[in-house]
Amino acid sequence: MTKREFLSRLNEGLSGLPQEDAAGRLAFYGEMIDDRMEEGLSEEDAVAEIGPAEKIVAQITKETPLTTPAKERPRSKRRLRVWEIVLLALGSPLWLSLLLAALAVVLTVYLVIWVVILSLWIVDLSLLAGFFGGAAAGVLFLTGSGGLSGLSLCGAGLAFAGLSVFLFFGCKASTKGAAVLTKRIALQIKSLFTGRRTQNETGN
Amino acid sequence: MDVQLKRGILDVCVLAAIKDEESYGYKIIKDLQPYVRLSESTLYTILKRLEEAKMLTVRSAEHGGRLRKYYRITDAGRKRIDEFKDEWEAIMAIYRFITKEDG
Repeated sequence: MTKREFLSRLNEGLSGLPQEDAAGRLAFYGEMIDDRMEEGLSEEDAVAEIGPAEKIVAQITKETPLTTPAKERPRSKRRLRVWEIVLLALGSPLWLSLLLAALAVVLTVYLVIWVVILSLWIVDLSLLAGFFGGAAAGVLFLTGSGGLSGLSLCGAGLAFAGLSVFLFFGCKASTKGAAVLTKRIALQIKSLFTGRRTQNETGN
Repeated sequence: MDVQLKRGILDVCVLAAIKDEESYGYKIIKDLQPYVRLSESTLYTILKRLEEAKMLTVRSAEHGGRLRKYYRITDAGRKRIDEFKDEWEAIMAIYRFITKEDG
């Protein structure tokens, strides 16, 4: 391998490091190879003595604190070019309104889902209120004049109570379901952006 | 060997390699070869660390039509070597104590 090939492989491997650090290391290895050649080694032998670039990269990444490459990578890899920024600014009337519309659609879907859940709970609560009302009125009738209508009111109240307990579990389950659903939608939307970005990075 | 201990020793080894006159990367590796085998990436890390600690200074000078970096020890670097000698005395005392217990 020539010195140039070696250094370019090294450069590729060290792309995760801060630029200054990577440049310093590349210069250092270049000097090491030059010094060996000056002693009479051929270029090939001098590079071979340094060792395979992959091994060196592995060692350097092992020695460098994990946070540095992880933090630096996404930013240093992909920076907006000037023409991209200009296009973004010029196209803003178009993409901004489209983005707002999309946001509104997502918001509406959320609202629709949760309004259904809310109405279920309201039905449940009104059944419960029916139980209290029926029971109270029944007791009043019983202690007053009409025994039969009092009894039937009490029965209706009890039926309401049963229904409301029954519906309570339905409400609970559907709330849970809606929470899972909305979370999944949110994740899906998020992965539309992040998923595409990670694909780009691994593709590079 | 304990990583921390080894790192401290290697730092002093590199300082000792430049204590009489300034030197450059490949020469430091060759001078230390009989005692420790330093890889280029290890040496690079040590030199950077010592430079940041102001124990050595770096200058680039032309050599054979290219630039080569030369490393020169500072007073702080010399002090580190002296400290290391003292520390090593203490460690040797502990060593003698340990081996005496064994025998």
